Amino acid sequence: MTPLLDVQGVSAGYGDVRIVHGVSIHVEAREIVTIIGPNGAGKSTLLKAVFGAIRPTEGRVILEGRDVAGLSAFQMVQAGAGFVPQTENVFPSLTIRENLEMGAYRRQQGVNERIDELLDRFPELARRPNETAGRLSGGQRQALAMCRALMLEPRLLLLDEPTAALSPIMREEIFAQIVAIRDSGVAVLMVEQNAREALEISDRGYVLVNGQNALEQSGAEMLANPEVGRLFLGRVESGAIEADAPGAEGSR
Amino acid sequence: MTEFAQLLVVGVVVGSIVGLGAMGLTLAFGILKFANFAHGDMMTLGMFLAYAVYTRLDGTAMGPFSVGLAMVPAMLIAMAGVGLVAASVDQTVYRRLRRRGSASITMAIASLGVAIMVRAVIQLIWGPTPVRYATGINVAWTLPFGLRMRPDQVLIVIAMFALAVGLYLLLFKTRLGKAMRATSDNPALADISGIDTERIRAATWMIAGALIAVAGVMFGVQSQLKFDAGFEFLLPMFAAVILGGVGNPWGALAGGMVVGISQEVSTLWIPTGYKTAVPFVLLTVMLIVRPRGLFGPKG
Repeated sequence: MTPLLDVQGVSAGYGDVRIVHGVSIHVEAREIVTIIGPNGAGKSTLLKAVFGAIRPTEGRVILEGRDVAGLSAFQMVQAGAGFVPQTENVFPSLTIRENLEMGAYRRQQGVNERIDELLDRFPELARRPNETAGRLSGGQRQALAMCRALMLEPRLLLLDEPTAALSPIMREEIFAQIVAIRDSGVAVLMVEQNAREALEISDRGYVLVNGQNALEQSGAEMLANPEVGRLFLGRVESGAIEADAPGAEGSR
Repeated sequence: MTEFAQLLVVGVVVGSIVGLGAMGLTLAFGILKFANFAHGDMMTLGMFLAYAVYTRLDGTAMGPFSVGLAMVPAMLIAMAGVGLVAASVDQTVYRRLRRRGSASITMAIASLGVAIMVRAVIQLIWGPTPVRYATGINVAWTLPFGLRMRPDQVLIVIAMFALAVGLYLLLFKTRLGKAMRATSDNPALADISGIDTERIRAATWMIAGALIAVAGVMFGVQSQLKFDAGFEFLLPMFAAVILGGVGNPWGALAGGMVVGISQEVSTLWIPTGYKTAVPFVLLTVMLIVRPRGLFGPKG
């Protein structure tokens, strides 16, 4: 079966600095896939290259059978993908409702119904739709950002560290929402630093080291993997998963 | 007291013209992220485009006003014309710079070049000799408390309020306006939300161009049309934008009023020749005491 997203040997970086080196991953429909790895491994850069926020220098990005590598972020939205950046992911001077309307800018009909449907999942947001987004807490902003990205009913949602800097309670709520999003039929590809909680809800996971593929396993297998545990789940302090080939470690 | 009130009235009229222009300037700054030095010369273009149309139509004055109904189509054509020129300049000049990732200062310097070019073209077409829309006498109305206001001036203030309300409705009640505010907040996020930010920029140029064209026509209705008239308005407009808080159209309008009123009222105490310096004294004080302006965002 053809995967929903098939990333084949993608390389990307910023200017002359290459951070991701020939990475291949795939995401099936209705699946949560998490990418973990040390700081500077190129996780967020990979996500941005997949979505078109930066242009890949090599490789192919196949979304629903179509090569979308090099398309702009704007075109990726049209192709059926949504993206939630780690920071600055809401329009601060717009209200909650206006933020959601902007997520549906390309949608002609059913906007209000879709807004109501999404707000139903987040009572905190639904209670004050006319509050400006700049006044929301970090967790509420993240929830709003995910709702915004879901307004056009994408088949694939890319999340860049959705629980970064959130309280444990808020993290739990966001992860529960990610599961709900998957259950509603949307595939999720996320980069996450809170590796244990992310892998607990993931169907599969990838480890990226030095901008290269280091490991691919199911979420459960990764949680049971002593090497992953040692490196990313805080069980032991030292050790390393080696990448297939040496590569420059990026800073972003 | 009457003299003070009379100067206040004149200040409101001048402030309306400055405010109208400053609203467009600050709107463009919020979305395009650079100071557009060509804005003043676009104002001149607006006043001369309206002049070109008005003088070809029946220019009979209407009622107490110095201009006739023909000014309505003339102004509409000037609004569309300046909007189109501004959007075209964006496509041919600023868009190329944007794609190269040029800094704001590069864009601002490029706009200075555009300003000089537009001014030269205006001088080439309409010449250096000042002209007027109409030569008739505009008899002032007597208002309560012995105040006097020319019908043309009333028209200017009404136009300013009408356009301010129109701009508010556009920005807060329409999809386009909300997308403009979103693009002003975060252009990259607007892109990944599926908003065509290039179209939004084009629309912003059109709207800013239309607003400055009206400011130009309003100035021309009560004054002479000169090829450098708009350029002389550029600094007061920038002062209004900074006083009101950069990127805030209502702040720019309020800033325009502060500029207009302060320079007119100041003539009670200082020679008229120095009045144009007064808004800049206020501007300097504002930058020291409250750099974000009257209504600018914190931080």
